[in-house]
Amino acid sequence: MDNDAATAANDHVSFLKYKGKYKGIRSWILSTDHKRIGILYLMALLCFFALGVTFGFLIRLELLTPGKTIVEPQVYNEFFTLHGVIMIFLFVIPGLPAVFGNFFLPIMLGAKDVAFPRLNLLSWWLYVTGGVLIIASILMPGGPADTGWTFYIPYSVRTTTNVIITGSAAFLLGFSSILTGLNFITTIHRLRAPGMGWFKMPLFAWSLYATAWIQVLATPIIGITLLLIIVERVFGVGLFDPALGGDPILFQHLFWIYSHPAVYIMIVPAMGVISEIIPVFARRTIFGYKFIAFSSIGIALFGSLVWAHHMFAVGMSDTGQFIFSFLTFMVAIPSAIKVFNWTATLYKGSISLDPPMLFALAFIFLFSIGGFTGLIQGALSVDIHLTDTSFIVGHFHYVMFGGTGMGIFAALHYWLPKMFGRMYNLKRAKVAFWIIFVGFNTLYFPMFVMGWLGMPRRYYDYLPEYTIYHQISTVGSWILITGMIIMFTNLIQGLRKGKVVTERNIWGGETLEWTIETPPTHDNFDKIPMISTPPYEYKQNETEELPEEIIH
Amino acid sequence: MDKHHSNIEHAHSYTIYIWVWISLLALTGVTVAVAGINFGAFTIAAALIIASVKSYLVLTIFMHLRLEMKAFRVFVAVALLFVIISFTLLFADYSFLSLR
Amino acid sequence: MSTQEQAVVHVHRDDIGSRMGMWLFLFTELLLFGGLFFLYSVYRFMHQADFHVAAKELNVLVGTFNTAILLTSSLTMALSITALQRNNKKLSVFFQLCTILLAVAFLVNKYFEWMTKIHHGIYPGSDEYLAMESGRRLFFALYYVMTGLHALHVIIGMVLISVMTRFTVRNVITHDNYVKLEAAGLYWHLVDIIWIFLFPLFYLIT
Repeated sequence: MDNDAATAANDHVSFLKYKGKYKGIRSWILSTDHKRIGILYLMALLCFFALGVTFGFLIRLELLTPGKTIVEPQVYNEFFTLHGVIMIFLFVIPGLPAVFGNFFLPIMLGAKDVAFPRLNLLSWWLYVTGGVLIIASILMPGGPADTGWTFYIPYSVRTTTNVIITGSAAFLLGFSSILTGLNFITTIHRLRAPGMGWFKMPLFAWSLYATAWIQVLATPIIGITLLLIIVERVFGVGLFDPALGGDPILFQHLFWIYSHPAVYIMIVPAMGVISEIIPVFARRTIFGYKFIAFSSIGIALFGSLVWAHHMFAVGMSDTGQFIFSFLTFMVAIPSAIKVFNWTATLYKGSISLDPPMLFALAFIFLFSIGGFTGLIQGALSVDIHLTDTSFIVGHFHYVMFGGTGMGIFAALHYWLPKMFGRMYNLKRAKVAFWIIFVGFNTLYFPMFVMGWLGMPRRYYDYLPEYTIYHQISTVGSWILITGMIIMFTNLIQGLRKGKVVTERNIWGGETLEWTIETPPTHDNFDKIPMISTPPYEYKQNETEELPEEIIH
Repeated sequence: MDKHHSNIEHAHSYTIYIWVWISLLALTGVTVAVAGINFGAFTIAAALIIASVKSYLVLTIFMHLRLEMKAFRVFVAVALLFVIISFTLLFADYSFLSLR
Repeated sequence: MSTQEQAVVHVHRDDIGSRMGMWLFLFTELLLFGGLFFLYSVYRFMHQADFHVAAKELNVLVGTFNTAILLTSSLTMALSITALQRNNKKLSVFFQLCTILLAVAFLVNKYFEWMTKIHHGIYPGSDEYLAMESGRRLFFALYYVMTGLHALHVIIGMVLISVMTRFTVRNVITHDNYVKLEAAGLYWHLVDIIWIFLFPLFYLIT
């Protein structure tokens, strides 16, 4: 009996203090608890993010003046390759699904864990191994890959740098991403709480579902492509090498069959986060729930059809170009549906500008700029002018950093207090937000301008007339980094010494994670909830508003 | 609680497997025999159609797809659709190519 | 009341979920080979005549024989599950061992097939390989990569089934808990399906 009571007490303690099979560090790195794995991902992710930011900072510093500023051209090539590989494979792709998806998806569905907890742990280990391999490629003789994150053939076969190591790292990271994806699909199909039909699922779960399908179906293509680079380098089979009769453009096709949908792996979960945050801080039921849910699926579908718009300048057939350009415009539709529905949700809401909301609004603003500049490049004739200029760099960063990056920051501010039971300093978070916002635009907006004027991307040197834009941009990178340092210091201090929060519903959310304890207990729920209403039912507020509406 | 007892229905008899196996071997024979005849462009189509029929048998009977819930069949359809669409779009480039 | 029940049955078991996960994993395998099939179709489209000539150098008889072996191994795999469902453990283990044996036979065959080619100087990096017309070289590049990756999957499948046999003998897999064996079976059938396509595409295009 004593034993039972002790177990019961242990079950009710917060997952941070739960005593499992292991002690100390092993109780974390061998834990199969989805919440602990989420935090493991968060820790690893932030380390790699710091590394990626450092390389980004160094790229900008090098470009401060024409010619050599701090490093030689070869090192510069390695910098932008590492920046790309780390940021894409180690930060944005796993960012939201692996951290917040792992932590909150089962809770939002009313489940105790994901469908395959041990596979979940394996995916974290693969992730860490991949990350360590990338760092190893920096330290080993030969130096890190200098091909850019795209590994284009034939250069990736010719270069003497450690392409094989970087390639296998990316392969492992892809595998890790696949395991997360198949875990989430199965979880969503099998572990929803009783009564939770598909259309009673929170929108974050919908976005993860769409993402997971892309992860499962598209990632293997990059897997085989990377394997083939390795085979090509080791055995010289000649499948892509033009000297042996291979078609290097076919490599680009295969690469982008994955890497374009991968862009949606990065952005769709962020859209899910925004769909969670907006109704909470506008105190309104989300507008167009089904449209937002289906547009996630729509993005996943259309996103798989547009890959060759990365290749308009490589010599595809005219028919191919035309079709891909047309489909590219189509993919804007589901994205626009989301933006319209978010703004419609904000309309007449009682908006409170807490830090998560600020980041969410920044997401809408920056992502819209990113989206529109994407359309500009989707047009065939204009794209010929803009291909491989810094315009595309600006576009990509507006979408990926302004979109997914802000989404991750918003999620951090929204959910971190729930995860750890401590609150950060709200005022400082807002200050950090504004510095980040200003720094971001100072850093990336000049890229549109100089790209339009013809500044090629990835170049080490440039003509003197571009100097002013590069200098503004570099100063912007300093502002942005300052803002991020303030933000992360604030968050970390908040976790360590911030005000203890035990309140269950910190922001007034209506999804399931706000009905359980802060921080969650090991089993999440004392008893599995029965779901009868859709998420985001802000009944109270709406009945209050009702008389007014009748008057109108 | 009763979830995993649904396995009971999850069974085929020995005989149906033997029949599928015989058909698979027969189809292999047919595809080898047909390959010798020159139908022109139809040769490759014939080979692929026979291979698809064989795969269909393996999927539905050996892999129990017929006994699974509907979601599984939808899954397979989604995966195949992804392959087919990617293939079609890839050839939207290659079949109109004159440069390379 | 239901909460109490859940507390007792703490180890959650969902066979349908497990099979669902396995199917999703199979899709990733399918797409992994899918990328190679894309390569194959584009290169064959670009070098039709060369592919026809090169395919004549493969031995149809060996290919057909291997197809039969793999199809039969798929049969024994399926039978082993039925045997276990009918609580006939010995028969199930027997069928599993048959599957493993047939897999070995397939690999031995494959080994000799590759070796013959290598003895004729057809392998990546050889002088003859570098001197070929590009279409013929691409055919053999694809032949080695695709059958090689397939053989790797056969080896993985063999290891997987061996583990399952061990589990069956030790009663980890039993007649009312055999989802692991089913998953291994699914994997094995997928390896079979991929071969069903590889066979006509490489051996029967003369």
